[in-house]
Amino acid sequence: MLTDNPALLGLVTIVIGVGACLGYFFFSNVVLDRVIFPAVGPNAGRNINRANMVRPWLFLFPAIFALTLYLAYPVFETLRLSLTDRSLDGAFIGFENYRKMMNESKFWEAVRNNMLWLIVVPAASTAFGLLVAQLTDRIKWGNLAKSLIFMPMAISFVGASVIFKLIYDTRPADQNQIGVLNAVWLKFDGGIGSVLMLQVLPTLMYLAFAAIVAYVAWLFVRDIVAKGQDRSPWLLPLRLLVAVAGVWLIWLSVSSAVGVWIVDLPYGEPQTWLTLSFWNNFFLMVVLIWIQTGFAMVILSAALRGIPEETIEAAIIDGANPFQIFFKIKVPQIMGTIVVVWTTITLTVLKVFDIVFAMTNGQWETQVLANYMYDKLFRANDWGIGSASAIIIMLLVTPILVWNVYNARKEMK
Amino acid sequence: MASIAGKKSGLTWAVHLSVAALVLLWLFPTVGLFVSSFRSADQISSSGWWAALFPSEQNEVYRTTDPDDTRVADGDMFVVTGNIFEGAPRDIKAWGVSSRDVAAYQPGETAELKGGESVTLQPDGNYVWRGNDKQISGRGQRIFITATVPPEFSLENYATILFSGSGQDNMAKAFFNTLTVTIPATIIPIVIAAFAAYALAWMDFRGRALLIAVVVALLVVPLQLALIPLLTLHGQIAELVVSFLGQPDPSNLRVLAEPNALGRLLGFEPGDAVSAKGYLGVWMAHTAFGMPLAIYLLRNYMVGLPRDIIENAKVDGATDFQIFTRIILPLSFPALASFAIFQFLWTWNDLLVAKVFLIDSTGSTTVMTNQIVELLGTRGGNWEILATAAFVSIAVPLAVFFLMQRYLVRGLLAGSVK
Repeated sequence: MLTDNPALLGLVTIVIGVGACLGYFFFSNVVLDRVIFPAVGPNAGRNINRANMVRPWLFLFPAIFALTLYLAYPVFETLRLSLTDRSLDGAFIGFENYRKMMNESKFWEAVRNNMLWLIVVPAASTAFGLLVAQLTDRIKWGNLAKSLIFMPMAISFVGASVIFKLIYDTRPADQNQIGVLNAVWLKFDGGIGSVLMLQVLPTLMYLAFAAIVAYVAWLFVRDIVAKGQDRSPWLLPLRLLVAVAGVWLIWLSVSSAVGVWIVDLPYGEPQTWLTLSFWNNFFLMVVLIWIQTGFAMVILSAALRGIPEETIEAAIIDGANPFQIFFKIKVPQIMGTIVVVWTTITLTVLKVFDIVFAMTNGQWETQVLANYMYDKLFRANDWGIGSASAIIIMLLVTPILVWNVYNARKEMK
Repeated sequence: MASIAGKKSGLTWAVHLSVAALVLLWLFPTVGLFVSSFRSADQISSSGWWAALFPSEQNEVYRTTDPDDTRVADGDMFVVTGNIFEGAPRDIKAWGVSSRDVAAYQPGETAELKGGESVTLQPDGNYVWRGNDKQISGRGQRIFITATVPPEFSLENYATILFSGSGQDNMAKAFFNTLTVTIPATIIPIVIAAFAAYALAWMDFRGRALLIAVVVALLVVPLQLALIPLLTLHGQIAELVVSFLGQPDPSNLRVLAEPNALGRLLGFEPGDAVSAKGYLGVWMAHTAFGMPLAIYLLRNYMVGLPRDIIENAKVDGATDFQIFTRIILPLSFPALASFAIFQFLWTWNDLLVAKVFLIDSTGSTTVMTNQIVELLGTRGGNWEILATAAFVSIAVPLAVFFLMQRYLVRGLLAGSVK
């Protein structure tokens, strides 16, 4: 029987599916040219012109059909569903679903975690990508190194989740640890090594993060203070917002740095990493950073190659050191590409579902919006709240959408 | 760059070392999974995979043969002799007879026990256990050894995952299901998008600019929005199909109560259901979700092709269909290849779309990613199964990645940097 042999069944369905698609283009053109507007007979010239007016739509029809039905229509339908109640036969209930959703602590947890993901993952992936791109630029085995770091791109989120679950694995204290993280953790039980790794290093990282935030915020804010600049008034609120967010982040990282020295962590005991609330979010983010760094690296490395050599030569002659060349000459020139990479990773982060689903399923305070939505739609069967949270995700990507279209139109002119 | 100024940077070594460190850090997780997939369950749970690559010291417990059957009289004592290793010799470092001190003796030494009982163990594993009638009876004497064990690897896990009859551990069916999803979901969008991209790049018609803007906008629409509306739509289509095939069951419109002539001709029987989930639906979904990127990439590439070729062909009387299939398609190969790789990786690695549009309650159409998630739930501690299953599922994308990397990079650059 056909259904008993998965390989054969697959083959048959593949042939039918692909054949139908190819058949459409071939036969629709044949019909257009031979039957409806034949290029022979008394009206040959007129027919050819008419056929050529119809043909673009023949070529475009399947694409437009798929895009409308699977992407455009659902946006409006989901919006409608989010304003209705399924149990009341789809009656219009206004913002009731949104109100209910906002009253759920799980939703706010998802929003909080998503914010954290949105800050950490694009920043870390872009930073690592830029670092690797710059470092591999001038060494001989750079291409090999790049393709090895790029490799996780090919691995599924689910596969990566399994890989990292092995890393975070925990065994009872009297057994050999098979998770690397715990094996390393157990090596640090008091002593200078543990102080260095667990307290000095995190403190330095927090302070470095605070310094970077301060620098970026300063770049935004200094224009307010600077004199004689042509300032557009509507940028002022944005700048103030950046400043406030910057101060908040600095406060957060400095207090965390202090916290590293105060908190009493159970060193020398195996930890169940994925259940440590707050920190487990970062353990999940590592998976996505691991995957996305290669992507950032490839694009930034191409951008770095595109920098005109004269600018760098001039800087070297002027006596700039490698760090100055990197931060003052190279980075400003590839800022546009960095923004594109950042945005693309942001989009991926907003849609991330598989990693959380496979590793913690949102337990232990690791919920994110996409998984929250899946939970609502298919476990709680609450289409109203599920649709409402999908709309929240849509709202979050809208600025990127507008920016994309704005750029594309600018380019076309 | 540093050589431009005529001197070699002093940082070169630091650069080499930090790149090496980063590469190792990035490879380490995958290598761990790969190594684990070749180890037995016992090995995985007894030591970390990084220890498996080198000969390691392990403590093992053996037992001498049953004395009641094999003991030999020697004066007023009895002796049991034999070899503790049955076909798997070890390099013994130390040994003992009590769990309190497993490394009490060196190979070749004799352990004197209470009441004149003694055990001698030779480096090759031969032992002599001597004692009186009461001592040499019951079960065999336990012997603890500390031995250096060479790394051990086998393909057994792969045999379990790929060929073991049926059951949840078997990935073969899921593998074929994934292929059935992936191949059409890669080819169909390319064909459709190539035609559309050609129309948007080289054909003149009203509304072209608007269409391009719409495609760019749809690039970022999250597919999560599509789940419920499309699930409903697919359900309605299933109901429609049922109503064509005969009389639907009033309680469930997707079930046939009585097939009509057409339904009988196609072999449907009362009670048969038409599922809203299936390959057709998942292909359509992947096709549509991949479409904006495909059109965007391919159009950008095709616009860059030389105008002369196309105009010459038109002057020679070629139709658009001929120009497209004979000229544009072959010339666009690099762009087509790069999108094909993207779409392949994306559909192969997808979990959400398959979960929503493909996998029905029977579970016979499950894909590998989903099966792995289920294994994570049910066999979370069985790392030999998990690691092997995960590696089976990432092997194909990795192979594609390393073979076609050049096109992948080219596609990325075409899509992201203008």
